[in-house]
Amino acid sequence: MFRRLPDAAVTLVTIAVDGLAVSARAGETVAAALLAAGFGAFRTTPASGSSRGPYCMMGVCFDCLVAVDGVGSRQACLVQVREGMRIETQRGRRPVGP
Amino acid sequence: MTAEFDVAVIGGGLVGAALAWGIAREHQRVVVLDEGDVAHRASRANFALIWVQSKGLGMPDYAAWTKRSSDAWQGLAQELKQTTGIDVAFSRPGGFTLALSEAELESRARLLQRLHNQPNMVRYPYEMLDRDALLKVLPQIGPEVVGASYCPLDGQCNSLRLLYALHVGMRQLGAEYRANHVVHAIDYHNGVFFLRNSSTAVRAEKVVLAAGIGNARLAPMVGLKAPVRPQRGQVVVTERVEKFLDHPLVTIRQTDEGTVMLGDSQEEVGLDDSVGLGVASAIAGRAVRMFPLLNSLNVVRTWAGLRVMTQDGFPIYDESSSRPGAFLATCHSGVTLAAVHALVVAPMIAAGSLVADLDVFSARRFDVQTAA
Amino acid sequence: MSGPLLKDSYELAVVGAGPAGMAAATQAAELGIETVVFDEQAMPGGQIYRSMNETPLRDPAILGEAYWRGAALVEAFQRSAAQYVPQATVWTVSREGEIGVSVGGAVRLLRAKRVVLATGALERPFPIGGWTLPGVMTAGAAQILLKSAAMVGSGRVVLAGTGPLLWLLAAQYLRAGGALTAILETTPRGNLGRALAHLPGFLASGYLREGFALLGEVRRRANLVRSVIALRAGGGDRLTDVTYRTAGGLEVTLRADILLLHQGVVPNLNLAVAIGCKHVWNEVQLCFVPVLDAWGQSSVETVAIAGDGGGIAGAVAAEARGHLAALDAACRLGSIDAAARDRLAATHVGALREAQRGRRFLDRLFRPAKRFRLARGRTLVCRCEEVTARQVRDAAALERIGPNQLKAFLRCGMGPCQGRLCGLTVTEMLADAHGVSPDDIGYYRLRPPVKPITVGELASLPKSEADIAAVERS
Repeated sequence: MFRRLPDAAVTLVTIAVDGLAVSARAGETVAAALLAAGFGAFRTTPASGSSRGPYCMMGVCFDCLVAVDGVGSRQACLVQVREGMRIETQRGRRPVGP
Repeated sequence: MTAEFDVAVIGGGLVGAALAWGIAREHQRVVVLDEGDVAHRASRANFALIWVQSKGLGMPDYAAWTKRSSDAWQGLAQELKQTTGIDVAFSRPGGFTLALSEAELESRARLLQRLHNQPNMVRYPYEMLDRDALLKVLPQIGPEVVGASYCPLDGQCNSLRLLYALHVGMRQLGAEYRANHVVHAIDYHNGVFFLRNSSTAVRAEKVVLAAGIGNARLAPMVGLKAPVRPQRGQVVVTERVEKFLDHPLVTIRQTDEGTVMLGDSQEEVGLDDSVGLGVASAIAGRAVRMFPLLNSLNVVRTWAGLRVMTQDGFPIYDESSSRPGAFLATCHSGVTLAAVHALVVAPMIAAGSLVADLDVFSARRFDVQTAA
Repeated sequence: MSGPLLKDSYELAVVGAGPAGMAAATQAAELGIETVVFDEQAMPGGQIYRSMNETPLRDPAILGEAYWRGAALVEAFQRSAAQYVPQATVWTVSREGEIGVSVGGAVRLLRAKRVVLATGALERPFPIGGWTLPGVMTAGAAQILLKSAAMVGSGRVVLAGTGPLLWLLAAQYLRAGGALTAILETTPRGNLGRALAHLPGFLASGYLREGFALLGEVRRRANLVRSVIALRAGGGDRLTDVTYRTAGGLEVTLRADILLLHQGVVPNLNLAVAIGCKHVWNEVQLCFVPVLDAWGQSSVETVAIAGDGGGIAGAVAAEARGHLAALDAACRLGSIDAAARDRLAATHVGALREAQRGRRFLDRLFRPAKRFRLARGRTLVCRCEEVTARQVRDAAALERIGPNQLKAFLRCGMGPCQGRLCGLTVTEMLADAHGVSPDDIGYYRLRPPVKPITVGELASLPKSEADIAAVERS
């Protein structure tokens, strides 16, 4: 869905998305990393189970919610990737922890 | 001049809408006169509990009235679903009041004992549960929870949908609704009430004052009294989460949508319905002690509402002797009492007078207290 | 995240590190005012100057000249004595200047004598059928991906809407080597005629040269469809196609992988509304704007608003307003007298006037059509709570309700975005249904937290004895 431009100089990090290893660029947001890796939808809605992906990329729409390192409902467009970060897409209502 | 309506109800909140629906259901011509979009509107700010457990200490008749409404609630919910298509998510799984210390638990037990020992107190089951018994039903409670009181009659609903259903329903039954119609004066000539705002007068044979805090101003216009004061309560609401709580607690409940509501507070601050962070924080803190899993959930909104409070906390139902046909209804449990308002009080008003059983709720009781 | 610790109180707190916020903070710090700046992003620049220092885009020509003006601004800001706190979310500001901020997963309360809100703008909602499908985003989102991640859409990218940003993004995209399958322009036909009266001002401004150059560039290289009067996104789990109809009667369905929507930006006013600042409807810009004096002072004594959050006027105007707000704050704090304030303000007042001159033409030329501001049928009005246009219309037909009663009935506006993506739509739909002005309808009542914080974070805030007593009764 989105591709990186060839003139970008990169430092790569590896993150896990739903268990899959994904390459990301240091300093970019989780949302950008997921889009570049081909994930168009990040969650399904609690009310109707509809697929949603990022809409505004600036922290306003709350559609890019994912779980980051076990913490649910984080706005992916406001979180910067870090080496080893674990991302999970969120299906429906946020799960309740132990 | 003749009346245009049989009944004018002043106030379109849970009390007014329930009464208007019930009166329209009795085939009378009803108009509801409501305020504007930004008004105190206690009905938008409530916990949606249909609660029996601890009500009526000091007035056993209130306990009976509450139980009666609770028992009639399913019927109301079903009829609203059938006629409007709106499901108000009524459930009656029984409710808990948790205690975070032995002292709290004992105090609760004593309170309920005194309540049930009152003469003429209506009988219904309740239990005190220790931690072990509680864990079987509420496995996620935190380590500080020592026990709870439980009553199988307690329930909950989606109160916002209830209000919408009553509005849709009353329109279906032919009632009229006028927003932005604050009543400035109520005159009475030859058996007809004239409800005046700045530009018009609505004429009705009967008038019901269901305007919450506004009743204090309106009541004297029909020879009645409504000694009510605002009492602020705050609620904290989380994002939608997986269902973990079916039973309502008096301060925590999970809605049918999945959000978790945390309450409750009482402050005497006049008409200030702004949110106080300190109180919101205290609510959150207590809730997390009860259910530690709440800690990481996002708070999506907070709000504050103004309960309509009488001195003793019990409702007022009155009819005027100097202006026959004028009625008054006020309470702070508009959700719990919605069933009796719609199905018991409304027919009384339609028929022209309240029955003697409701005398105990008259505002005259405050005169007696002052005199004594 | 390292840096000096947050103090308990400051003289001035600035919310937002876009052009207005940076200018305000730099100016205030220059005058010796103890200033703190909170911003949600990881680096300064706001949205317009996003990723200024660290954009991975190596070719400066892609983003255009105007972007690089921000570089000087960021540099001055970073050199200033203002304390900059990135990745900080301000979730409440009280009328008395108590600020609740969430940073590093913990919440803090602190005080400021004066507050400048510089929260900028956000995209106007564009509620078309299918707008919630994955693959449908705003033009602003695409621009952020370009600037901060050097990414362009792959596959078939359709751009739709109206407004200067549409053309800017199209040009940036094409320069960056991205492809645009089509640009569907929804600018209403009559707009040019209505805008002509303001042409002189526009001609005298800097916008003209820039604008025409962009338009020319884009027209040469993209498939442009004008006078689009209907638009719909199709797909099951994600976007697969876009259907449009033109005024001429042509109806076309295009396969599409990405649809970028834009019909202007509007003030990001949630914090200002929650504080209680008075707002009024602006019929030309079709949004609510705060009531401000010439310095940006709002109806709440401690709060001033600078930048697009005070009314859309662009980045250069935002910078000027940032300076003005800081100068007035300094005067009110007693650091400088009114004469000094006025003297220092003169150049910025001039810059502001210049920057605003061309806007009147642009505002009218790109004023979005009503058909795209109101929604119909099954199109979602409230994305968070999934409330349809039909449900809103039915409630409005039932009775003469306002947005807050509507919220109570339908949950519209109750989600985490707090009305940022539905508030204007709801106000306009109700105004339309009831035959009154949006000013008569009003807006959602907002309360803190204006962005979510956790229950645990809320529980960690200080509580008085009275607060606890209000809750732990019996």
